[in-house]
Amino acid sequence: MARRVRTGLTRREPSSPTAIRRRQFLAAVGGGILVSVVATKAVGQEATTPAAAAPAFNAHLRVGADGRVTCFVGKIEMGQGIITSLPMVMAEELEVPLSSVDVVAGDTALCPYDAGTWGSLSIQQYANGLRTAAAQAKAVLKQMGAEQLGVPVADVSVADGAVFATADPNRRVTYAELTKGQQILRQVTGSAPVDPVSAYTIVGKPTPRTDAVAKVTGQAKYAGDMRLPGMLYASILRPPSLGATRQSLDTSAAEAVPGVTVVNTGGLVAALHEQPDVAAKAIGLVKATWKENSLAVDDKAIFDYYERSLGSLRQVTGVGSVTTAAQQAETTIENRFLGGYLAHAPMEPHTALADYRDGQITVWASTQNPFGVRDEVAAAVGLPASKVRIITPFVGGGFGGKSSNGQAIEAARLSKAVGKPVMVAWSREEELTLDHYRPAAVHIVRSGLKAGKVIFFDMGIYGVGDRGTDLFYSFPNYRVRTADDRGVPLPTGPWRGPGNNANTFARECQMDIMAAKLGADPVQFRLDHLSNNARMRAVLEAAAKQFGWQTARFPSGRGYGVALGSDAGTYVATIMEVKVDGATGKVQVLRVVCAQDMGLVVNPQGAITQMEGCTNMGLGYSFSEELRFQGTKVLDRSFATYRIPTFMDVPPKIETVLVNSRSTPAHGGGEPAIVTVGAAAANAIFDATGARLYQLPMTPERVLAAIEKARQEGPAPGLTGDVNADGKVTTADAMLAVQLALGLRTGTEAQLRAADTDGSGKVEVGDALRILRAAVGGG
Amino acid sequence: MPDINFTLNGKAATVNTDPDRPLLWVLRTDLGLTGTKCGCAMGQCGACTVLLDGRPVRSCLVTMRGVDGRKVTTIEGLAQDGKLHPVQQAFVEFEALQCGFCTPGMIMSAVGLLNRTPKPTEAEIRAALQGNLCRCGTHQRVIQAVQSAAQHMGGS
Repeated sequence: MARRVRTGLTRREPSSPTAIRRRQFLAAVGGGILVSVVATKAVGQEATTPAAAAPAFNAHLRVGADGRVTCFVGKIEMGQGIITSLPMVMAEELEVPLSSVDVVAGDTALCPYDAGTWGSLSIQQYANGLRTAAAQAKAVLKQMGAEQLGVPVADVSVADGAVFATADPNRRVTYAELTKGQQILRQVTGSAPVDPVSAYTIVGKPTPRTDAVAKVTGQAKYAGDMRLPGMLYASILRPPSLGATRQSLDTSAAEAVPGVTVVNTGGLVAALHEQPDVAAKAIGLVKATWKENSLAVDDKAIFDYYERSLGSLRQVTGVGSVTTAAQQAETTIENRFLGGYLAHAPMEPHTALADYRDGQITVWASTQNPFGVRDEVAAAVGLPASKVRIITPFVGGGFGGKSSNGQAIEAARLSKAVGKPVMVAWSREEELTLDHYRPAAVHIVRSGLKAGKVIFFDMGIYGVGDRGTDLFYSFPNYRVRTADDRGVPLPTGPWRGPGNNANTFARECQMDIMAAKLGADPVQFRLDHLSNNARMRAVLEAAAKQFGWQTARFPSGRGYGVALGSDAGTYVATIMEVKVDGATGKVQVLRVVCAQDMGLVVNPQGAITQMEGCTNMGLGYSFSEELRFQGTKVLDRSFATYRIPTFMDVPPKIETVLVNSRSTPAHGGGEPAIVTVGAAAANAIFDATGARLYQLPMTPERVLAAIEKARQEGPAPGLTGDVNADGKVTTADAMLAVQLALGLRTGTEAQLRAADTDGSGKVEVGDALRILRAAVGGG
Repeated sequence: MPDINFTLNGKAATVNTDPDRPLLWVLRTDLGLTGTKCGCAMGQCGACTVLLDGRPVRSCLVTMRGVDGRKVTTIEGLAQDGKLHPVQQAFVEFEALQCGFCTPGMIMSAVGLLNRTPKPTEAEIRAALQGNLCRCGTHQRVIQAVQSAAQHMGGS
């Protein structure tokens, strides 16, 4: 007889009828031990449990009758690797081989509620929380095993998926034997002891991703690969610009295409056919006229528009008093930094297959938040959420873009309208024009120096919010004020590392500008302001060591740039080397070092891959990506003009360093390393050329303009090469350098330092030539 | 409509469809081979790359008329007798993928490159793959994987 144990199985899921869902779930999972983790503050409140750092996670964990362990999570797999890292955590704690753990992700009928896969939270929340769930399951198994073996629970141990008598390991019973025919439900109480981090054998070990073979053979299924009998593919009529209203409609030519059904439901006009290419052709035959909104703003005027239209800046962070400190500063520097809108451009456009039948609907969607889709679909087709099931197959990249799910709503409405399964797969043009974009950004940054240190730092941020502005430098006076984007003229939303990319760009460029003003080394200048932050210090030192950073006055001509950032509790440092073509303005990235402290690293291999991915993707917003638009019309409608990084743009190698801090709970790894790329690149360009760029992306035209401006303004004070310290670099400096290089003259220490333009530690003829080139304006 | 006869992954295939339709959609819908992905349908992303007589082509730009009498190889046709192709094997070993959506096209482009240039330089690999976009940013691993596969295939 099956034993049934139920201990307070409750779910905090406002929109879900618990009873129905539980029935569905139990029917689906069959027997075994089921441990349910729900988001309550009670879980792991003791500071000693790692779950204390995990305020919000839900999961079901099942030890099946076959001994396999299955984890049901509302998160989704979009390349970031949770399909590998979450099972590692469970295998570790349950003491089973990794190969016997499965994940069911993003299925709203089987998985407990989750808000969405974003913010680099999966590991932060789940890695810690799942340990507690697994520990709880293990406690149940130990109890059952002890009963079966007839020994006190204190006298049993577990290993390799079995419980055994500690004194006699031959007396053992496997998890599969224990769970056979059982149906046991437990809710995590947080009381089961978790393994100490020091005992880990799986977590922390570089582990290959488990979906690789499926992905290299074409067997991995994405939403667009789902097939149902009788399904139709939809192509949807789109307005020429955002918010345009339709004035007339003639669908007769489309309807004349054999096999095409034209649907017009609540303003949604679509051509449906059993072949997607025929549906696409048919929608092109629909004639419509539109009334477009006019708005006198474009991608060039957006920055002034933001400052005019977003209202006054409101303080979000304040330390000390920047206004008082400003009066004490010896030097005050103010700059305005800019960045355009960004599109997500995942390789897989938004896709969904919806099947509305018998008063229920199932939608296979490429989404980052299946539970959000469930509620939106329910509202769109007039069903309770309990009648809506969202299944998330592999997602072909999200980056924040798939937290909006228009395609799933469209598929659901069309399926309801025609009574057949309908697939909506956005075209590349739809993907680029129906996106929610990373807002444009304007930063007004003022900072002051006194006795070689920053005495105040004041950021005004228009557009992108304050993510990543938590103070890790030891600035005595610090203020952040924001005026947030309002979705006008373009709709906006999260984009990998959201506003942090722009915020870090502004802050870290300003840091280098101040360092240059002082003639200080940018790494040392930062270290001087990290006295209170050992973690960030260690990250910067690790990056500098890996890079082989040698102190020099900047700009040194070497093309080195550094930037620091924090995101999702993780600290990151990027050091980049670039070469700038003075004739074309084209920047070539020669080398990137990225060091990161993300706390406990569950899967170092996955973490490193994410750091590399962040760096490569970051080159896009640094050098080429900015969405062009005119009023409400998006002009970039294909990859031909919205240029993402290609194999021709990436450096030969990205060197990564994980600064190990196993005692710190796991933090996010999907986004941090992208936030530092833009600033590291800008600072490297400055070091290479003496030209400062204040606007992202740093296109060849902007680089050329900055070089020209720098040339007109002459060398910055403290510029390396000013051997005679007269405030400018002239042929006289070059002559002095030659004499120093050839040993015809003994220089002072300051002269030797100024003449050592490549930081090699000695003055050579090459230094003299470099100074000569700078003096005559040859870059 | 006339029948279109071609060789698909080593086997004879016949399709009766509008000869102006793109190979991509015939593969993905009529023939059920969904490993070939659609990322743009404009020949700008490379996700739909297949081999036509051993050369990489964008299947979104190739019409069925253009495959008549020729040999088409898709990602599903690379592994032989359950054994991964050396390029597939190298992509697994070097973890040259994340979301995996560009991966089939990337692998087909790489196989096409190695078919004509068994021992490519890094610059040749970059040039051959520059039309295959990857948004996850796994480029360096892809280059390493192709170099490794070239070695295993005897190109070095």
